[in-house]
Amino acid sequence: MSPRVTMATALRVLTQLRRDPRTIGLLIGVPTVLVVLLHELFADRPRVFQSIGGPILGLFPFVSMFIVTSITMLRERVSGTLERLMTMPLAKLDLLLGYGLAFALVAAVQASVVSAVAFGALGLDVERSPVGVVALAIGNATLGMALGLFVSAFARTEFQAVQFMPAFVFPQMLLCGLFVPRDEMARWLQFISDALPLTYSYDALRRVTAAPELGSRFALDLAVTLGATFVALALGAVTLRRRTP
Amino acid sequence: MLRGISLDVTAGKVTGLLGPSGSGKTTLLRALVGVQQAVSGELSLLGAPAGSPGLRSRVAYMTQSPSVYADLTVRENLRYFARVLGAAPAQIDAAIETVALGGHEEQTVVSLSGGERARVSLAIALLNEPELLALDEPTVGLDPVLRRDLWATFHTIAEGGSTLLVSSHVMDEADRCDELILLREGEVLATGTPAALRLQTGAEDLDQAFLDLIDRAEAPA
Repeated sequence: MSPRVTMATALRVLTQLRRDPRTIGLLIGVPTVLVVLLHELFADRPRVFQSIGGPILGLFPFVSMFIVTSITMLRERVSGTLERLMTMPLAKLDLLLGYGLAFALVAAVQASVVSAVAFGALGLDVERSPVGVVALAIGNATLGMALGLFVSAFARTEFQAVQFMPAFVFPQMLLCGLFVPRDEMARWLQFISDALPLTYSYDALRRVTAAPELGSRFALDLAVTLGATFVALALGAVTLRRRTP
Repeated sequence: MLRGISLDVTAGKVTGLLGPSGSGKTTLLRALVGVQQAVSGELSLLGAPAGSPGLRSRVAYMTQSPSVYADLTVRENLRYFARVLGAAPAQIDAAIETVALGGHEEQTVVSLSGGERARVSLAIALLNEPELLALDEPTVGLDPVLRRDLWATFHTIAEGGSTLLVSSHVMDEADRCDELILLREGEVLATGTPAALRLQTGAEDLDQAFLDLIDRAEAPA
């Protein structure tokens, strides 16, 4: 582990992203448009927008960072740069944390812009400070990034990596409680929901935005979100092999 | 698949690792730099087991296709790898000069020609002034002028004290090496200087010398 290598990696990833303004535009523009769309969709039922708007803001970075990271890491594997790095004095954690830092920063920008639009122009109102939403959004982005890094090891092509999005992200979205409250789900679905990390980060977002009390469950939500991020990063480190066939 | 290989590579020389496709050249180089899976037995170089952490700053490896970030400029690529290696920033300019990429520093790699990309990849391998430089088919697909220039570069690097192990499947490159290792089907067929191999087989042409050695190896004892 060396802070020099971690920082160099984060800088390098950000420079690569800067070379691709269209991707930056999409990362920031798409969720902004979607939030506006959501607002218009529920124009006659403002209470619906008020209740799901906050949590949705926090979930966007999870999805974006999952996709961006899994593709970037796959490219690193396919182009041979990962193999080259593995012959150098670089700790796997330097690489993973470098990616983490870079994408957390991107997530912070994304969440801030989308939140500014939602809280400003669209009149979204939350129970607590919008800063909490942005902070949780960055946490979710890191979770998405860690999961993306991990699953990229199982993709051989970019087509496969893109398909991991519906495979890993959609079920978590469906079961986290956003579409159907968890206590209205069938028992077996609740069990699955309990095992998925996004359930906890969604719950944290819901509590920050809508619940009158944060409650003790909030601490558990944060712990599970953080814990799942570290577990996914550790699993990602295991899949980064120095020796490959 | 390689079997029972033991090699002496002279320090400060350019050693060619020659053999047809599939003879195990890449596997051998990858095993030496410690990225090849399923190496059984003992493999050590520079007095340490292959792939051990201490070797990572003493050995450099250049893969067959240029392993560089295509969306970064030449200088950004070198700067990143220099930071990873802990190499001094002055090494970046020195490496650019060695591979004759001056004037292209601010160009993104994707805008460079194939030969220039190969040289960026080579420049990265030079950053930490490695004791052993393993180059996997560095001249494949390059035009004759570039190939000649690159071989001249290899000798310049070797004169600086590094040991080079360069693989190739083109026999006419054999004459550009100080020493040769001929590999076939995972086994070392012959080693020696080009002149010694000529003498051993009586063949003037190294291509013919290689074929003679194969015939001898296959002839019933």
